[in-house]
Amino acid sequence: MTNFISTGSEWTFDLLEKYDREIGKHAENYGLETYPNQIEVITAEQMLDAYSTTGLPVRYPHWSFGKDYILQEQRYRKGFQGLAYEIVINCNPCIAYLMQENTMPMQALVIAHACYGHNAFFKNNYLFQQWTQADAIIDYLVFANNFVHDCEQRYGFEAVEETLDSCHALADHGVYKYKRPTPISARREQERLRERMAFAEKHYNELWRTLPTQAEAPEVIIGEGFPSEPEENLLYFIEKYSPTLKPWQREIARIVRKLAQYFYPQRQTKVMNEGYATFWHYTLLNTLYDNKQVNDAFMLEILHSHSSVVYQPPFDHKYYSGINPYALGFAMFSDIRRICENPTKEDRQWFPDLAGSDWIKATDFAMRNYRDESFILQYLSPKLMRDFRLFAIADHEKEDHLLVSSIHNDAGYKRLRQTLASQYRLENVIPDIQVVHYKRDKDRSLVLHHKVYQGRTLEGTTGNAVMKHMARLWGFPVLLEEVGASGEPITYLRAEP
Amino acid sequence: MSQFIDRRADSKGRSAVNRERFIRRYKRHIKKAVDKMISERSIKDMAREGKVNIPSKDVSEPTFRHQSGHGDLDRVFPGNKQFAEGDKIARPEDGDGNGQGGDQGGEGEGGDSFQFVLSREEFMNLFFDDLELPHLVKTYLGETKLLRTRRAGYTKYGTPGNLSIVRTMKTALARRIALNAAIDREEEDLALSIEQTEEDESEVATDEDFEAAKLALEKRRQAIHFLEYIDLRFRSRVQVPDPTVKAVMFCLMDVSASMNEDKKDLAKRFFTLLYLFLTRKYESVEVVFLRHTDDAEEVDEETFFYDTKSGGTVVLSALKLMQEVVDKRYADGSWNIYAAQASDGDAFGRDPQESAAFLTTQLLPRIRYFAYIETPDGTSGTPSSLWASYGTVTSDRFEMRQVHSRAEIYPVFAGLFRKQAVQQ
Repeated sequence: MTNFISTGSEWTFDLLEKYDREIGKHAENYGLETYPNQIEVITAEQMLDAYSTTGLPVRYPHWSFGKDYILQEQRYRKGFQGLAYEIVINCNPCIAYLMQENTMPMQALVIAHACYGHNAFFKNNYLFQQWTQADAIIDYLVFANNFVHDCEQRYGFEAVEETLDSCHALADHGVYKYKRPTPISARREQERLRERMAFAEKHYNELWRTLPTQAEAPEVIIGEGFPSEPEENLLYFIEKYSPTLKPWQREIARIVRKLAQYFYPQRQTKVMNEGYATFWHYTLLNTLYDNKQVNDAFMLEILHSHSSVVYQPPFDHKYYSGINPYALGFAMFSDIRRICENPTKEDRQWFPDLAGSDWIKATDFAMRNYRDESFILQYLSPKLMRDFRLFAIADHEKEDHLLVSSIHNDAGYKRLRQTLASQYRLENVIPDIQVVHYKRDKDRSLVLHHKVYQGRTLEGTTGNAVMKHMARLWGFPVLLEEVGASGEPITYLRAEP
Repeated sequence: MSQFIDRRADSKGRSAVNRERFIRRYKRHIKKAVDKMISERSIKDMAREGKVNIPSKDVSEPTFRHQSGHGDLDRVFPGNKQFAEGDKIARPEDGDGNGQGGDQGGEGEGGDSFQFVLSREEFMNLFFDDLELPHLVKTYLGETKLLRTRRAGYTKYGTPGNLSIVRTMKTALARRIALNAAIDREEEDLALSIEQTEEDESEVATDEDFEAAKLALEKRRQAIHFLEYIDLRFRSRVQVPDPTVKAVMFCLMDVSASMNEDKKDLAKRFFTLLYLFLTRKYESVEVVFLRHTDDAEEVDEETFFYDTKSGGTVVLSALKLMQEVVDKRYADGSWNIYAAQASDGDAFGRDPQESAAFLTTQLLPRIRYFAYIETPDGTSGTPSSLWASYGTVTSDRFEMRQVHSRAEIYPVFAGLFRKQAVQQ
């Protein structure tokens, strides 16, 4: 008598449920807190569809999603890339897609990975808790979709598309990095809209229509130095203060920025999120195996897939494309467990609090309270740096040569860790641009500052293109000054509407 | 608690709307590519998919980015083999050396152009962009839906008239084989035990017992009927609506000596275009080729375009023949009749006036559309006699144009079938 849940590679809905129940039990024993799961089985084609909308079940229509779909489809058809085994969405209940082409072991892996690993991360990581509302997102998406459709009916495809294009160009700058955003709620949005429309109706007067049109300005008292503090959320600033945007355009800017905000935590926790999910699918499935609930064949297939997911090619390998977040994240969470269970002398020295403590509590704590940058800074151990054979390259503009600045030795560990951590700061990828001045009393132009970090200036062609979008939304000239460490502008970009 | 949902049966075209937006946005580029394909493809080969290239910079979505190669970058890499701290490495040649792990690889392939494939449908849509068949609305998926019976396999119940004997017999045979198999098996067992008793004297069973058993089996065998009710199979017929999506297209051409190869080629292109256009709108399109000199005859496509015939020119003969054919084969009202006539315009005596009159009174009331294209010699300003008398025909079902060169075919075609809105 064996108590294998199943043998062979065929899956059925019955088996899916059984696996889910068993994996769920083990997850509970390990203390994983999750949203309820909604697991949807889809075809490969639907998976491609889901790709082009970043997995979101509802998304307003836009040509760029069509472009993404064509790209994905091409790569898939030519065999450049396989499809992801799953997509999981940060919402409550947590929606995960399983592909019908997967084998039974793969489905089990996906359930463990997405429905328990990612799900727990979404529910408990502080960034997700503070910056996204898993309960409200689906409703909000529906609201956004309806609103965009409605605008298309009223104002025409072209006008809506133009606005969306411009807003998308600024989506990276439509997030609050430090201030907590107000929660989204489809109901509240609708009420707000209705109020706004009702106001417009009440104050509608035939007489005023005969007056020459004037740029409508919001009722804000704007003094000399406005804004008093630099504003990092460009889209928010535009939505609030643009002298020319129509109400519906403001609403679209708002939608784009709310969605950007929703995705923002995911961009900051790639390593942690994938690492955590991978760590848990590995742990949970091994628990199944240890309890003799699955057979060797099952485990071999899992391990084959698992090891290719966490493979880190070296820098000179033809498949090298940066550090694999699955590899690094999985290694780090596994390493925390190792340090807790079997600490070495070195570990005791580096992680005195961690060594010998309860690994379940330790991984849980790490998952809840960090993002990639701080996680690496806190937890990357010398052992891992040796395992990965990490080294840092200083590529400085003034030097003729690249310099190997640190390697995995005693002298280098701390610097190496610091360098790697800062690599995951989004400021490293997204230029730091802020609104510093709105010349309302003069030409209504807007002044932006790009704080140049380590001499890295903006790329001109795309920069100018984005500036055009910015000016289109603002309706008046926009000036961008690149400011160096000394506070002196280095270069300018300027765009007229 | 987890909930499982099977979404596989859901529609898969969720991003179709986005694709359509994409095509709409890049229509200018795509149209250019489509035009090029039209000029390169032979008309017979026209209706298939096609590759389109769009310059990458036109489809890119800009964001603020750091300039690569500027400023100070400190990065960590895995897989150190021989580097020690302080080593200096020559800067890699300008190029991708180590791309910023970023979004550069956005293009599918080939770097600076975004390539994708237009489906046959999309291609044809662009091919016929802005065109609409006149009077189409009336008959297309028309109000008068005919019901037609169509075979739909076999059923177990039906009227005797629909009994399918072959099917019934097959089922009966299968049933008999299946039921007899069990009896055969028991018979074998019985035979075996008889043999055993013969060898082994100690058995008490007698011949009578065996006889009785044999008899019982035989009885059971006889109880299996040759034919049972459950064997009966009837041909099933279902009624399907048969919208009038049938069209017939008449190609009329003057093949007298003055119509040279070039003119015929022009005519052919026009006919093919019309054919393609109709196939897009109707499920089935029949084509009738009528050629005429001083006498008209119905011929096949090959003869129509490539056979030469000498003689005079009597246009009326072709029109009359067309009416005959319509009366004979397409008179039941379920056909959308289109006609295209090509000629160099030569006509003599009373023929042009008579033809125009016949067209107006006899043909036009019965057909959807009649297009006349003339392929005159050179660009002489004087209108031909046929052109002049056709000019008197006033009906919105009739259009005529002159075509001089291949390049004009499409514009003329487009002009003939311009959207109704423009006409009004």
